[in-house]
Amino acid sequence: MATTTKKKLVQWDPTDVKAELLKKYPPKVARKRAKQIMINEALENETPEIMANVRTIPGIITMRGCTYAGCKGVIMGPTRDIVNITHGPIGCGFYSWLTRRNQTDAGPDGENYMTYCFSTDMQDQDIIFGGEKKLRKAVREAYDLFHPKSIAIFATCPVGLIGDDIHAVAAQMKEEFGDCNVYAFSCEGYKGVSQSAGHHIANNQVFRHLVGLNDEEKPGKFKINLLGEYNIGGDGFEIDRILKKCGITNISTFSGNSTYDQFCSAHTADLNCVMCHRSINYVADMMEEKFGIPWIKVNFIGAEATAKSLRKIAEYFGDKKLIDTVEKVIAEEMPAVAAVAEDVKSRTAGKTAMLFVGGSRAHHYQELFTEMGMKTISAGYEFAHRDDYEGRQVIPSLVLDADSRNIEELEVEADPTRFKPRKSAKDLEKLEKAGFQFKHYDGLNPDMDKGTLIIDDLNQYEAEKLVELMQPDIFCAGIKEKFSIQKLGVPMKQLHSYDSGGPYAGFKGAINFYQEIDRLVGSKVWSYMKAPWQENPQLSGTYVWE
Amino acid sequence: MLLRHTPKEISERSALTINPAKTCQPIGAMYAALGIHGCLPHSHGSQGCCAYHRSTLTRHYKEPISAATSSFTEGASVFGGQANMMQAISNIFAVYEPEIIAVHTTCLSETIGEDLKQIRKKAITEGKFPKGKYMISASTPSYVGSHVTGFANMVTAMTELAESTGKKNGKVNIIPGWVEPADMEEIKRLAALVGVKSILFPDTSGVLNGPLSGEYKMFPDGGTTIAELKATGDAVGTLALGEWCSADAARELDKKHKVPCKVLDMPFGLKATDRFIDALRTVAGVTVPDEIGLERGQLVDLISDMHQYLYHKKVALVGDPDQLISMTEFLVSMDMYPVHIVTGTPGKKFERRIKELTAGLPYQVNVKAKGDMFMLHQWIKNEPVDLLIGNTYCKYIARDEDIPFVRWGFPILDRQGHQYFPTVGYKGALRLLEKILTVLLDRKDRDSPEQTFELVL
Repeated sequence: MATTTKKKLVQWDPTDVKAELLKKYPPKVARKRAKQIMINEALENETPEIMANVRTIPGIITMRGCTYAGCKGVIMGPTRDIVNITHGPIGCGFYSWLTRRNQTDAGPDGENYMTYCFSTDMQDQDIIFGGEKKLRKAVREAYDLFHPKSIAIFATCPVGLIGDDIHAVAAQMKEEFGDCNVYAFSCEGYKGVSQSAGHHIANNQVFRHLVGLNDEEKPGKFKINLLGEYNIGGDGFEIDRILKKCGITNISTFSGNSTYDQFCSAHTADLNCVMCHRSINYVADMMEEKFGIPWIKVNFIGAEATAKSLRKIAEYFGDKKLIDTVEKVIAEEMPAVAAVAEDVKSRTAGKTAMLFVGGSRAHHYQELFTEMGMKTISAGYEFAHRDDYEGRQVIPSLVLDADSRNIEELEVEADPTRFKPRKSAKDLEKLEKAGFQFKHYDGLNPDMDKGTLIIDDLNQYEAEKLVELMQPDIFCAGIKEKFSIQKLGVPMKQLHSYDSGGPYAGFKGAINFYQEIDRLVGSKVWSYMKAPWQENPQLSGTYVWE
Repeated sequence: MLLRHTPKEISERSALTINPAKTCQPIGAMYAALGIHGCLPHSHGSQGCCAYHRSTLTRHYKEPISAATSSFTEGASVFGGQANMMQAISNIFAVYEPEIIAVHTTCLSETIGEDLKQIRKKAITEGKFPKGKYMISASTPSYVGSHVTGFANMVTAMTELAESTGKKNGKVNIIPGWVEPADMEEIKRLAALVGVKSILFPDTSGVLNGPLSGEYKMFPDGGTTIAELKATGDAVGTLALGEWCSADAARELDKKHKVPCKVLDMPFGLKATDRFIDALRTVAGVTVPDEIGLERGQLVDLISDMHQYLYHKKVALVGDPDQLISMTEFLVSMDMYPVHIVTGTPGKKFERRIKELTAGLPYQVNVKAKGDMFMLHQWIKNEPVDLLIGNTYCKYIARDEDIPFVRWGFPILDRQGHQYFPTVGYKGALRLLEKILTVLLDRKDRDSPEQTFELVL
């Protein structure tokens, strides 16, 4: 009781909070962090610059992971019929084995390797004499055992240092097998400054080695790709359910429960819908240049956002029947959502949240909190870039530093046979005139209130301080942050892998999320922090039954 | 079927590990370091290692795991990570104020040949290392050994702090090995009950099974203190539990400070606990109190009460060498048949030891060090078992093959209790036995036809 009522009395000023967060740092650290902590001014069409996608400070306990985690763990992890072999010592493969809650379904073909962990388990002699021989053998053993369509190889830190040519091994094995596509990812953990570099490396290789391989025409009238949806807790399954109901065909999801063939066929879709802007916007750009597929930003997190995204897709195709079906689906799905929102609101309205995840989720999930009447008082990304905060208009002005320069940018040009404009210039112009926005993302800042705190690459120390000073009703981040926050008596919801439960995308997902947050902020457990004798420590010297 | 691609037919594999039965050294070093009071573990490598280890330990314990990293970039990987480490030292002591940092290497920093002792020296010489604070370091390349050796290496590094004053302090060092916080607590309880004054290191009890009280302590109350670690050099002797986890540290104390040591098996099950109690009694020259006799008797009683459900039941085991050795002995001591035993940790002597323990049995045991769970699964497909014991990853095999399953080992990501209830000692063995009986009898109840479904078992 005391903890919850006390919270409402807390007053804070963002300038004081920022000063407090920086106070204990050595001057050099404070200077750098000051540029990554921004008091949002929510100016129209313009927000102040935030420093993002820069190095983590050694010794400061970061939330971030590495390039391998972004590449193998996030992007390629949820592919189900590709044998993903980690080339390195055992740890990296082990830690990325089933630990993200990507749901998967073997499908009619019955191929699913997601429950397996494959590794070359490099030993000291491999480090000294080179690991290519062992890698070649491992790829061969995987092929002989499973005969998969495709084998992917992932480099870990020592592989780059000792100079194993994993791409040569892949090319050689591909040639040798004839019926199995083998390719490699130079995703050594030390590259870049966060997982984000790994997303880029993964997506580049998928684009280079897979997309465009299968020209077979897939059935369906309204064909899209869903880019940057990883099927955590079944999010992708819920989105697919809704799309199917609307009559929209999802050719490929990058990369929740994805298959090799889906990637190979992605170029046959007529629209790319980008969910997670951070991890994949460049793939959408490349697909547009090479194949002529336009792209739009969508968001299926939040019931309103879902409806808006569906309408946007329908508007793009401009088909009356599709537009009507979409409206019908929204009308069918919304009442159940509204009923639950109405119910939980009586308990959640006015409560406050903090979100520090990903490159998109800290933005997307604010939709759901808003729908519950909750206010996001501070948010930030773990591994995003400035455009995810400030909007895509800053992209041309982003300065390439030493760390981003090492991440390959593919040179893409129109495919001589496969490039096909999906809309005539006239149609595109018409759409744009009507307010339809292609390749558009405003970022997180404009959606946050004035005076809220936007913090990039929040660390353990700042998280604790922030919770202590601003006392939110709920804090959202990842597993590493979960229990230090909860020790403070504040519920914490993981928004990387969701702890448990989900889906939280789409209409059913919104209901799940409202109920989950209602459960968390309303749990009786937060009232048990103090024992009765700690609440009233004075001894009165009477017998309890008097 | 979740592991639908695992064939029954076993083919030779020499390069590809599938479904590993081990992970890498640094996570063991991190776990060990958390057992020192006021210690911040530090990973000298790229930040992903530290993130992975913290995540895995967090999922296992459902507790905050604080650890820092040198956050190597590509530049540091080429030019060396000394500057990163120096910066980390100054930031860590300014912001988090630990008493001590326990630094371990990774495959990255080892491949480029980083020297942590030299970096420490440089930090001290340049006045960048705060006075009165400590740093220990362990070399833990991921391409050698396993999480078990990483743990052992960090425990050995703790002996750097030992001092000998020339005067014995009458205490016995106990090195528990990689066991759960609850096990460490139980080992201390048993030692105190026998009447032995002990220093247990590392000690994660009170660190990784902490309370929820509205207060977050980055450095919880538990853990072996620096004063205690210093005092290990004056102890009358060391009991090292587990050859893999604890022997090196004990031998180091013997070598440097002439503290005699005895290496025992980890006290899981009846016989290994008997030997542990007997060793405690001998080293302290005391009589074992009746309370311990009672606990032992209760264990023997339960074994005898339920022997019919255990007798000749086939068991498959996967885990770490020290634990598996004691568990195999425990199962054999109850007339059960451990038939397939796999660890991912290298060491031929593991296979020898298991063969010795199962020598009297009427079958040839399948045992493999440096094995993997794919192999174990194939063995099970070829010779089915009644019970599977191992970490959470076994649940995929258990479900596919429909085998009763007891979670025991590291990591356990889907059940709770390991941080609160010990499995060492006689009371711990009772808990293990209860777990084994529960899954076996649940299975019996599930599978019994209506005619033979019984109330009393």
